[in-house]
Amino acid sequence: MNAIVTVVGEDKVGIIAAVCALLAENNVNILDLSQTILHGAFTMVMAVDVGGSSASIGELRTMLEDLGGKMGISIRIQREEIFDAMHRI
Amino acid sequence: MLNQKEILSTIEMIDQQHLDIRTITMGISLLSCCDPDPKRACEKIYEKITRYAENLVKTGEDIEREFGIPIVNKRISVTPMALVAGASETEDYVPFALAMDRAARTCGVNFIGGYSALVQKGMTVADERLIRSIPEALSRTELVCSSVNVGSTKAGINMDAVALMGRIIKDTAKATEAQDGLGCAKLVVFCNAVEDNPFMAGAFHGVGEAEKVINVGVSGPGVVHSALQAVKGRPFDVVAETVKKTAFRVTRMGQLVAQEASRRLDTPFGIVDLSLAPTPAVGDSVARILEEMGLEVCGTHGTTAALALLNDAVKKGGVMASSSVGGLSGAFIPVSEDEGMIAAAKAGTLCLDKLEAMTCVCSVGLDMIAVPGDTPAETISAIIADEAAIGMVNCKTTAVRLLPSPGKKVGDTVEMGGLLGSAPVMPVHPESSAAFIARGGRIPAPLHSLKN
Repeated sequence: MNAIVTVVGEDKVGIIAAVCALLAENNVNILDLSQTILHGAFTMVMAVDVGGSSASIGELRTMLEDLGGKMGISIRIQREEIFDAMHRI
Repeated sequence: MLNQKEILSTIEMIDQQHLDIRTITMGISLLSCCDPDPKRACEKIYEKITRYAENLVKTGEDIEREFGIPIVNKRISVTPMALVAGASETEDYVPFALAMDRAARTCGVNFIGGYSALVQKGMTVADERLIRSIPEALSRTELVCSSVNVGSTKAGINMDAVALMGRIIKDTAKATEAQDGLGCAKLVVFCNAVEDNPFMAGAFHGVGEAEKVINVGVSGPGVVHSALQAVKGRPFDVVAETVKKTAFRVTRMGQLVAQEASRRLDTPFGIVDLSLAPTPAVGDSVARILEEMGLEVCGTHGTTAALALLNDAVKKGGVMASSSVGGLSGAFIPVSEDEGMIAAAKAGTLCLDKLEAMTCVCSVGLDMIAVPGDTPAETISAIIADEAAIGMVNCKTTAVRLLPSPGKKVGDTVEMGGLLGSAPVMPVHPESSAAFIARGGRIPAPLHSLKN
């Protein structure tokens, strides 16, 4: 099952490393990654495969939110279907 | 592959433009709960609702977490209770409302609709008993919502029921006086009520519906408002296209959530209701959409035309995005639940007569409007009759949900809190309609009801 991870916040050292480490620890495979600075904010969008992870998407969400809280940025994970529904016919 | 812009636009809609699923409503048939013993009937009602809706709230929360889309309300609608209670040998129907309330609490939902009667052509003994019990039922319960259908394009308008409902609304306000007449916020009078409406206070599970069903109501005034800000000054063709595209996206999301909830709850998917439902939060207002089209304040000349365009474009955009569209589907204009409407009413620009005109083109009717506490019952009945006539002649749903808060006068504000918001008390015409309402009887159905 694919999901989308989005990270938005103030740019600082180690954001990508921290997010990728957490995903790797939970056996989540990164399929695609794009990162940019949008209106001055660090913005990263990742497509990931959570099929091999022992953690549920709800648990991953809690872990990512906790990490975001510690780093002062917003991190979320959502199932890909919601974006497909809104942007693809 | 989705691109970054698309993904971030969805996130922005959720975070900044209040995009949400307004409600997942499970409709449950209670016809199997009929019993000559009222106590036994209430036990059956409680047992059936809590069994069918046991996982409704948890499923809604799970979907919310996994998809990252807020699902604001989880609710239940049931068979119009007059049909179920009518089988019991009792004159006291309040215990049926108490059973609904208990079941709703156990399930953890925030409202249960269906303490209802359908009396467009006439009242049965059970219908009248239920209607007369509404003030007590709503004062002794917290989560129960009540509705009464007094007219239809096919049947005409039952003016005896209209007269009765004016008094019932006043009595409900009095019975819930300690809470500023809050009971009236949970009581709606319909013409052409629909059987699959997921929104409160008017939701009930129609007799033509299945055993149980999942209906979903989407929202998104903030998203439409934001999209229109990008086409300032452009012609109305562009406005309509922009609303349609936005409604399409919002509805696709609603359809996805509806299918997912239906699958997880092993309950057939019923409909997606396309309504633009506002909240009192800033940035979630239908009035502000109308003002974005070029009106200084909602309620001024041009408001009805703007609302007509909006209501139509929402439907056209949404209808292609869902396998089954139903409910009320259009733009809601509940005054107390819309930050822009509240402001326009306080400014004196939005008045009751203009709202009545707007209900000719919106999806429901005179909704969540505070009127003076000393408004005569006959005046309330006459307002209901006007609104029912608009619905009957135009083959559309209309509704009246008035708040005649005891002791409140024009210039006061009725505070209800939460999603119900606050409403400035609007003036009504002081001239009497009493002799008109005293006639009773039935206003015949219009000629165009004879379609067969």
